[in-house]
Amino acid sequence: MALLRITSPHTQRAGRRTAWVMQMVILATIPGIVVQTWLFGWGTLINVMIACITALLCEAAILSLRRRAVAFFLKDYSALLTAVLLGVALPPIVPWWVTVTAVAFAIIFAKQIYGGLGNNPFNPAMVGYAIVLVSFPVPMSQWLGVQSLVSAQDTLTFTQSLQAIFQFLPVVESHALIDAYTMATPLDGFKTKDLLTAEEAFNTVPALHAANLNSWLWVNLAYLVGGLGLLWLRIITWHTPVALLGALLVMSGFFYGVDSANAASPFFHLTTGAAMFGAFFIATDPVSSCTSNRGKLIYGAGIGILIYIIRAWGGYPDGVAFAVLLMNFAAPLIDYYSQPRTYGHQKAKTGLKIGEDN
Amino acid sequence: MQATKIYSFHGGIHPEENKAQSLRLPLGRPSLPSELILPLGQHIGQSSRPLVKVGDKVLKGETIAINNGFLSSFLHASTSGTISAIEERLIAHPSGLSDLCIILAPDGQDTWTTLEPLNDWQTLSKTDVLAYLSEMGIVGMGGAGFPTQVKLQGAHKKPLSHFIINAAECEPYITADDMLMREKALELILGIEILQHLVEADKVVIGIEDNKPAAIDALTSMIKQRDSKVQVAVVPTKYPSGGEKQLIQLLTGKEVPSGQHPADIGILCHNVGTCVAVYDAITFGKPLISRFTTLTGDALKAPQNVEVLLGTPVSHLLEYADSEPKKLSRLIMGGPMMGFTLNSAAVPIVKTSNCILAASKKELPPPAPEQACIRCGMCEQACPASLLPQQLLWFSKSQEFEKAEHHNLFDCIECGACSYVCPSSIPLVQYYRHSKSSIREAREATVKSDLAKQRFEARKARQDAEAAEKEAKRLARQKATPSKAAEKKKAAPAKAAPTVAAAPAATDESKKLKVDLAIGKSKLKKLQKQLLEAQENEHLEEISNLQLQVTEQEKAVALLEEQLAKTAEAAPTAAEAKVPKPAPAPVNDDIKKAKIDLAIAKAAVKKVEKALKKAEEIQAPEIEAIRQQLKEAQQRADELENALVNPATTIPKTETTAQAAPSSVDADMTKKRKIDLAIAKAGVKKAEKNIQLLKEQGKNESEIEASEWPKKLIEAQEKLAVLEAEDTTDTVAKSQAKAEPEMDLANQIKKEKIAVALAKAQINKLNKRLESAPEDADKINQDIAATEQRLQRAEALLATLIHSQTNTQENR
Repeated sequence: MALLRITSPHTQRAGRRTAWVMQMVILATIPGIVVQTWLFGWGTLINVMIACITALLCEAAILSLRRRAVAFFLKDYSALLTAVLLGVALPPIVPWWVTVTAVAFAIIFAKQIYGGLGNNPFNPAMVGYAIVLVSFPVPMSQWLGVQSLVSAQDTLTFTQSLQAIFQFLPVVESHALIDAYTMATPLDGFKTKDLLTAEEAFNTVPALHAANLNSWLWVNLAYLVGGLGLLWLRIITWHTPVALLGALLVMSGFFYGVDSANAASPFFHLTTGAAMFGAFFIATDPVSSCTSNRGKLIYGAGIGILIYIIRAWGGYPDGVAFAVLLMNFAAPLIDYYSQPRTYGHQKAKTGLKIGEDN
Repeated sequence: MQATKIYSFHGGIHPEENKAQSLRLPLGRPSLPSELILPLGQHIGQSSRPLVKVGDKVLKGETIAINNGFLSSFLHASTSGTISAIEERLIAHPSGLSDLCIILAPDGQDTWTTLEPLNDWQTLSKTDVLAYLSEMGIVGMGGAGFPTQVKLQGAHKKPLSHFIINAAECEPYITADDMLMREKALELILGIEILQHLVEADKVVIGIEDNKPAAIDALTSMIKQRDSKVQVAVVPTKYPSGGEKQLIQLLTGKEVPSGQHPADIGILCHNVGTCVAVYDAITFGKPLISRFTTLTGDALKAPQNVEVLLGTPVSHLLEYADSEPKKLSRLIMGGPMMGFTLNSAAVPIVKTSNCILAASKKELPPPAPEQACIRCGMCEQACPASLLPQQLLWFSKSQEFEKAEHHNLFDCIECGACSYVCPSSIPLVQYYRHSKSSIREAREATVKSDLAKQRFEARKARQDAEAAEKEAKRLARQKATPSKAAEKKKAAPAKAAPTVAAAPAATDESKKLKVDLAIGKSKLKKLQKQLLEAQENEHLEEISNLQLQVTEQEKAVALLEEQLAKTAEAAPTAAEAKVPKPAPAPVNDDIKKAKIDLAIAKAAVKKVEKALKKAEEIQAPEIEAIRQQLKEAQQRADELENALVNPATTIPKTETTAQAAPSSVDADMTKKRKIDLAIAKAGVKKAEKNIQLLKEQGKNESEIEASEWPKKLIEAQEKLAVLEAEDTTDTVAKSQAKAEPEMDLANQIKKEKIAVALAKAQINKLNKRLESAPEDADKINQDIAATEQRLQRAEALLATLIHSQTNTQENR
């Protein structure tokens, strides 16, 4: 008999492979996708489809160029996850080539060039998002409004969404068509309130009408549900989301308390834009985030603070992508300074000083 | 009985328990196999030394191998029979190695030898009880096989707050301890009481996982029945709660400081099996010859626990448990988390074998292919040592071992929890093992290269000194030739003494250097051995005593360096001694000589500086002495430099020196002698210290005898005696030196004095040997008598010689 000779441990937790982790995260986005589709039409789904196809093609192409086992790596679902996250983050009627650019850049440059899964220092989805955000600001700023508020008094149908996505913008007819459905996001509306006080803005700016706010509240709640599912499955830990949302809450609460006339409430900040999506799906990307529990707290808090700073004083209405990317830079450093206290040690070690071991 | 507060530890996992299979059948007792294979190394530490030879008939329980040093154990025949071979056999080893084993062919009678229980253990001194346990071959049966008496000895460092009995048995599949507690609850409690008598802890707690209700019941009812003070603490089932450090944290809330032992925080842990073995040994005089082992796995039709004789081949047990060879894909000794695979069923059960897991392919499928680490952190959440496994993996893969060490790689207990939860199927533990051994290898290599460097430098210093000496001699000869006639007339009587003295001085010098070098070499060997031990040690996460020895050895190395430095210093002194012997040298030669001297002095300064640095690094106690040396060496170098810079002042000085040649030579000789004496005395002291140290460490006489120190002590004493004799003789000789005719006589006296000293040392040595080896008494006594005769003769001769010498002096 040929006996197997390997080292301990000889058993593994059944079923919980990397692919399973990725699948679960993809599944956890479903509530959010459903709510976005319900509110903004089929665009989100179409974006996700385009993104998935692009991601798989890019991943397969680069893997074969790198002479890696294509099927083996495609089966880890990591490229699909990146695609899904990008697909839901992009505006629902963004032209197809924007999605393709974002995804291709995310997979090829943000992920594979660094050595593929596990080696990318930056969150690929957010790199892709940031690239198209700075490169194509016009299509990237066209969000749809809820049907009760837009002039068309309706959401786009499936064919209308397809048309909007696959016709080059700006096309005169469709442009006119599109404008009847689009609307600034609440964050956009608040950002451009100019000299209005917060109260005046909430009363006058159409994007800040209760219906629009509610639609974004639903979106955020949906991602919160998905995120709680991930927590329950222990795929993510509570540290990053709690720290991120906590920091955002504290920052917005503080400035709301100091200057409630001009600042938005913490509730507004936590329920608009990509707050929940960022907290549970983007910031928790393990590869590019901090790794220790303490590190995750610092990392999450940093993102929360940066989100508020960008939203309040930065050039963009929402700041999740840039906040995450900035903290990705800091993650390795934070990791070195946030090691846990090992069993049997008086205190945790920090930094990388060799030789002063306790 | 008050309940013990249960704390918790970080991480941990809940793998499938799989314990029910092996508990369905009652405890089995397999038949005698056709041969028993008893490896000599069933414990941590050095292998035992066999006491039997092939063909010997032994009885069950007879000692067949004795301990070999401090960390070693005795071994006994598991049954009666004949020793059929002592040879290399495959043993239960993670790397599938072979080792020397005593092969015992049972005679089927199973006849016990005379058992000598230790009935008066309560009145006997604890040391005696410990020694008895050592002779009974008792080692920790939980896994590492740490000799029990050593552990108990270590527990006396500090008053014990807790004596913990590890009954957690957290590994899946294994139920041997569970079965033992059910079957031998009384023996266990009695064994614990014996151990408690030895260690006197404030609190005695049995830590047991809540998945063993039957065992918990058996223990609690037995404790109630006996009204024992022992407590049972039930801990939640979570792997690895049975890890010593984790169980301590669970039961006391304390952590064992990194690199230390439970005894350092007043806690002692013993496995239940060990406690029962102690009971059997003390009460019935039965040595450790059998143990409870779980036979389990899907490839066995009758999984069960067995009480098995040590040395039983695994194949015999597989047969006993009705194995299905077709289904067997992985044969593991130990549990699925920390056990190791066997590639042959021919290996024997040893003192630490708690489980044989014969797994089918379905049960333990081959691992999935390794994927990239996505830093998901599941390993971090599972790590019971609060490490960052994902970072350690990164550093291990990129061979950044310093960073890995900084991330406390060596606090990893290799429990496998991280690998168990890893979604990417990364064999993390294997990476850590590799890194650990790479780091250990590198450390070893550093020590080796350091030693080689030291040796090289010592050699170079010696060669430099020799070259300088030669050069000086050559110069001396050159000078001596032209002025010989004049010189002869003037200094004939005076010259005699220095020439006679100088020649032996030179040979003495190189002799001494050679001896030093030899000592250094043997020291090097010993250090390497020690390091190897320390390494083995670390591998098993253990042993402060060896750590102590290693530091001690480092001190010894520093001492050696000091000696070498001294030699280097002494060499120029010796060389110098011979230089001014002839008439004044021309300025040129003087400068040359001064330059050489300066170079030597500078080298000496450098050397001492290095020694000092080294000593500071290891905080050796000799720092002050070395500093002093450094100062002296520096001073000398400065003087020489000054002399070199001001040749004008040098010339008259040289002349003066030359004029005063005889006396200066004498002074230098005395100086050298004194240094030699000091070194010899230091040697004696060091040897004594080492012996003392060994005694403190609790080694018994025979072990100390086995080490090289007593021999070294005697050698050093001899050398000292010779030097002292020379010293006194020399004084006499010097006073005689004025008259040439008396030289012969003086030399003879000197010779005889040396002979007397040697004989005395010889007698001393023989007496020592007599003490340690009484069985050779007759032969040694003869030797002593002979040497005493020689001594008497030498003394008589010496008396005559001295008498005649006095006469000569009076006659003049």
